[in-house]
Amino acid sequence: MDYTPRELMVVCAARQIHDGENVFVGMRLPLIAFALAKRTHAPNCIGIFEAGIVRDVPAAELLYTMGDAPNITGALWATNTMNVMGMLAAGDVHLGFIGGAEVDRYGNLNTSMIGDWKHPSVRLPGSGGAADIASLSQRLAIIMQHDRHRLRERVDFVTSPGYGYPNEQGPAGTTWRKRVGLPRGGPAALITTLGVFTFDPENGEALLQSYHPGTTIEKVQEQTGWKLRLAADCVETVPPSAQELKVIREYDPNGVWTG
Amino acid sequence: MSKLTSMALAVAQYVPDGSSVAIGLALEHLIPFAAGHEIIRQQRRNLTLIGPISDILFDQLIGAGCVEKVKAAWVGNVSEGLAHCYRRAIEQSIPRDLVTEEHSNFTIGLALLAASLGAPYIPTRTLLGSDIPRQNPTFRQQESPLDGTPLLLVPAVNPDITIIHVQRSDEDGNAHLWGNAGITEQAMLAARDVILVAEEIVSRDVILSDPNRVLGPSFKVRAVVHEPWGAHPSAVSGYYNRDHLFYHEYHTRTRTAEGFQNWLDEWVLNVPDRASYVAKLGEERVRSLDVKEHRYAAPVDYGY
Repeated sequence: MDYTPRELMVVCAARQIHDGENVFVGMRLPLIAFALAKRTHAPNCIGIFEAGIVRDVPAAELLYTMGDAPNITGALWATNTMNVMGMLAAGDVHLGFIGGAEVDRYGNLNTSMIGDWKHPSVRLPGSGGAADIASLSQRLAIIMQHDRHRLRERVDFVTSPGYGYPNEQGPAGTTWRKRVGLPRGGPAALITTLGVFTFDPENGEALLQSYHPGTTIEKVQEQTGWKLRLAADCVETVPPSAQELKVIREYDPNGVWTG
Repeated sequence: MSKLTSMALAVAQYVPDGSSVAIGLALEHLIPFAAGHEIIRQQRRNLTLIGPISDILFDQLIGAGCVEKVKAAWVGNVSEGLAHCYRRAIEQSIPRDLVTEEHSNFTIGLALLAASLGAPYIPTRTLLGSDIPRQNPTFRQQESPLDGTPLLLVPAVNPDITIIHVQRSDEDGNAHLWGNAGITEQAMLAARDVILVAEEIVSRDVILSDPNRVLGPSFKVRAVVHEPWGAHPSAVSGYYNRDHLFYHEYHTRTRTAEGFQNWLDEWVLNVPDRASYVAKLGEERVRSLDVKEHRYAAPVDYGY
């Protein structure tokens, strides 16, 4: 079956959404994942946008940004950012999606700057709502391009906290999050162009859960900046079904985001 | 009292050099591009920009040399990616040095909310464990006096001027904004002065017929500017759609400093006002962004 790497990532992202969940959607691939989940296994999920929009049906047209006019038409709630961020802070968001330029083995993400903070070699756009989503949602799913300079042992700047780092007070993982004062959460999945990682909450380390059809564990290792650990049941990623591809292509017929 | 004025006069009077300016507060739509372009034409300098996700308006103001400091969650091109002028300013000090105080969307909103409440700061648990509070010297971390848990204290940010684009306003600055508001309401209440830019000027009766839809108190508003298409290329729900191609063209043309200058000359410096800008866009492009199908809300009854 023919599908693009991004279509497979959308399918993997949609599989993270459980029926009935409140999902902080974000843009691009997660937005299409929300539409896909909604039309398949999670008809009762709710999409929340940090610009201040809550929807229970995807917008009628493909969105380039969450502020596009079709995302307002027929919304459950058009409100402000503080109300939706407040729901996130209060623990009402089950799953949040974010992307990143760099991620490390503990799921910490950098979207701020590469290199020395004072004189960065590349200035990236910054957090937007990503650091809030990473801090406050019950589970976090990360979607990004997989290559060796993006999946690093340690990122230059932690924009969005994952499971932190081991230090003198204890290991990375959920105990690190508790130590620094984060109320909940942590990365549940890192979805890349080559595979899907889960995380060991005991020590915060990424575990390769599946590798995409057409690649191998060895190839994933070559493109990963840390020594891979495998989940006990690491398998090949289940490819998209015909139905899943149909829904994706109805929503993004010209492959703007999934091509 | 009518506060109706031109964009040139509003900017000349209320956006002096060195001001802190909150703009682009509804995130990706209702971005006051017309106001930003007038700020560039009047060659304002040493501004502090305040905003959440500001899209390419911040990039343009930075590239034009108007900005000394940015207090924002994100500076880029939302549908295209990185912002070239922002990168050049930070990486190479072109056209000048730029200081940033990093925020997230939540913390910049909390900072404005604190100001709007007259509170010195608001405590939160977001960004604990992030490097953002280490980069931004205004944040403090402290144990909660209630239970000893770690807290991030986000200090109030009071903009000198908040510039807001709305669908419609009366001449006094009583305005209706619909769709998502981002952190517009907080920034309006936090500001010393407010410039309102409206697609349409309507009567006081129209605005007061639906007081629940009013953005905020008109006594905060110093100037009202009637500027149709003033938010282009961003969207205005009920008026026009987002011009995605414009963002793509901007992204492509501004990869070099020369390319940016060329773009700026064409779309800002050699365009005297918004009416000329709309004429330059051309009828065909304007028509392609028009609302295809109107969807009016059901009226509500404020009778008694």
